[in-house]
Amino acid sequence: MLSPHRWILAGRTRGGDELVPVPVGNRSEVFERSLEHIGLVAASMAVALIIGLPLGVVLVRRAKLQRWVIGAANVVQTIPSLALFGFLIPVPWIGGVGASTAIVALSLYALLPILRNTCTGIAEVDPAVIESARGMGMTHRQVLWQVQLPLAAPVLLAGIRVSTAICIGVTTIAAAIGAGGLGVFIFRGLAMVNNQVILAGAIPAACLAIAADSGLGYFQRSSARR
Amino acid sequence: MSSLSDGFQDGYALEFRATTYRLPSGAPLISGLNLSVARGETLVLLGRSGSGKTTTLKLINRLLEPTEGEILITGRPSVSWDPIQLRRGIGYVIQDAGLFPHWTVERNVGLVPRLERWSEKRIQARVREMLSLVGLPPEEFAERRPSELSGGQKQRVGVARALAADPPILLMDEPFGALDPITRADLQREFRALALRLQKTIVFVTHDVREALFLGTRIALLDQGRLVGVYAPAEFLKAPEPEIHAFAASLDFGGAHEGGR
Repeated sequence: MLSPHRWILAGRTRGGDELVPVPVGNRSEVFERSLEHIGLVAASMAVALIIGLPLGVVLVRRAKLQRWVIGAANVVQTIPSLALFGFLIPVPWIGGVGASTAIVALSLYALLPILRNTCTGIAEVDPAVIESARGMGMTHRQVLWQVQLPLAAPVLLAGIRVSTAICIGVTTIAAAIGAGGLGVFIFRGLAMVNNQVILAGAIPAACLAIAADSGLGYFQRSSARR
Repeated sequence: MSSLSDGFQDGYALEFRATTYRLPSGAPLISGLNLSVARGETLVLLGRSGSGKTTTLKLINRLLEPTEGEILITGRPSVSWDPIQLRRGIGYVIQDAGLFPHWTVERNVGLVPRLERWSEKRIQARVREMLSLVGLPPEEFAERRPSELSGGQKQRVGVARALAADPPILLMDEPFGALDPITRADLQREFRALALRLQKTIVFVTHDVREALFLGTRIALLDQGRLVGVYAPAEFLKAPEPEIHAFAASLDFGGAHEGGR
């Protein structure tokens, strides 16, 4: 008899006393689901960035509001992802079953690290640099774009990196509300009690997370060097 | 360049008229300041920490606005100037130089000319001229980052940046305060020669009496937000005010008090 990991690798599962091949889904489905997964992550990250970056910039100088907004984003972060997906289904306009609901939930999860790092990144820029920038006659906008954002870039990118990793992980659960992605294999595998099917979703998802993390890590380091 | 330099030629460059600045809590940092700065002079604002020197400086370039009274800049109230235009016509050097760490020396020095949309060729020429003026060979320093400079070199770049757009007024907030004594003495000597040559109106903040005596054409002593008096360097140490005795005593670390320690 084969050891458990051998029969996973062999593409077979134990049926009674003998090994029988099972339909795992073919290579092209793994590819399609991966693309779907990347699409969900990209759309959610885009929404989170479009909201999080400007909001973070606005909140830097409003300490009280900042505590409230970041507090709220923190609360969202503590809601279990499956529960958040469930909560959103009955909500009109943004809710329902499918990818758009998933993107709303995923954006909410991705928001906190972006928001927090935008605020701290800008706040941590040397006040002497900001003061001399203003004293030399730069407008607020010029100070923001030419001084604060470039100097905050490494911290900002660190936030985006954390967000992306969270997003890729949580997206696997989005399959529970019919959003597709690599989570489809995981839920299918769980239902079939078939590790091989689970791994067909989990391994590509893990690879995506590692690739995204090291790619963004590279950007982060090169922005810090400048 | 700016209307600051085309302003009228007589009268004071800067004039504080009963200027008071209060924090939002109501505590005054500067109270009832009356002070005039003539064209081309180097006025040193001397005082201990918290005496209101930096506040006074920031009122000039409108980083702070007076709560009461007014400040005339070449005869016009500061609040009537567009703050951005005003600041571009006033050079500003601070203690940590405040250089942009993500920009090269060249870009740092060319900051105000670029904001003022000079031609790229003119900026290049001006930056080289300024770097040479402060004793940094452009070939060697133009492409460096601030992190590749020593403290003294950073301050030199800070001075070059402040002078780049040829502003008639220069504000300096303890620019040499963080340097080692030998570098500081070098920069003070060079800056004194530069100030004599350029004929800018300079307001120079320091808490170092020696520096004040060496660089100032006049010394304004501030204490707890009030002006104690304005003195020529030759009269300063002889002046009767008790606040001055404290400063004079700080110079006197040699013979007289040695026995007492």
